[in-house]
Amino acid sequence: MGSFVVIKNFFVPLASGIIFGIGLVIAGMANPAKVMGFLNVFGNWDPSLIFVMSGAIAVSMPAFLISKKMSSPLFNKEKVFNQQFKKNIDSPLIIGSLIFGIGWALVGFCPGPAISSLTQVDGNVFMFFIAMSIGMLVKKGFKSD
Amino acid sequence: MNIVNFTLVESLLGGLIMGLGVAILYLLRGNYAGVSKIYYNVIFVNKNGFLWRLLFIVGLIIGPIILSFFSYNDLGFEMPNANPIIVILGGLLVGYGTQLGSGCTSGHGICGIGRLSIRSIFGTCVFVAAGVVTVFIARTLEWVVL
Repeated sequence: MGSFVVIKNFFVPLASGIIFGIGLVIAGMANPAKVMGFLNVFGNWDPSLIFVMSGAIAVSMPAFLISKKMSSPLFNKEKVFNQQFKKNIDSPLIIGSLIFGIGWALVGFCPGPAISSLTQVDGNVFMFFIAMSIGMLVKKGFKSD
Repeated sequence: MNIVNFTLVESLLGGLIMGLGVAILYLLRGNYAGVSKIYYNVIFVNKNGFLWRLLFIVGLIIGPIILSFFSYNDLGFEMPNANPIIVILGGLLVGYGTQLGSGCTSGHGICGIGRLSIRSIFGTCVFVAAGVVTVFIARTLEWVVL
């Protein structure tokens, strides 16, 4: 029982993060030049990111389907899979995604790769990371609830 | 349009591995690997589920370090736009936008599309379209050469 809790609380999230981080680097997602190359549809276009997303979804989709047949996560028996999601397309989704897309394209970083690229020990990566954190702080400051 | 630097094998393989990370976290623990939301809850110390989120973020940093021990020849690292003002502006927009839009490339892109959420598919289309237009404008204004 005790080892179950250790696996659930330590091993699973750490292993998941490590695997995700390794995948990011192998895929080229942690290279801003490749991300900006993907968004450069009207110029020298690098279509690789389509295959990053396709590969990731090819694994995540069956996992989400399998979860529908399970009563609870394997190492988290007291939890049930959350099926309550926002479904509506509202203005925060549209405006937030627009703002995110602009920032993503300006530098070539989204949150995951920005965190994984801290290993580059690069001043610009660090600056982006701090600015991203401040951007989240600003959003938190505006929240009424 | 001119296709360049296309790395089908590496990108597909990397994507499959990322999907595995998402699947493990969901099937074994029941959590979504949406990086922006996980990181947000770490820096603002949400006590409810702080540890697993912190470990996931630590994993994102350890992963590339482990990979570097295997002298894996990765797809490199290059920032085409290294102007400090643009870098800071980009970071602010990514931080604010992902929280307002409740998701990023992993949350909406991989997890949301993976469970066929119309909301996430729409969100992903919006941020990719915004990115394509932004890169076009940035190139036109000669902020960046790609």
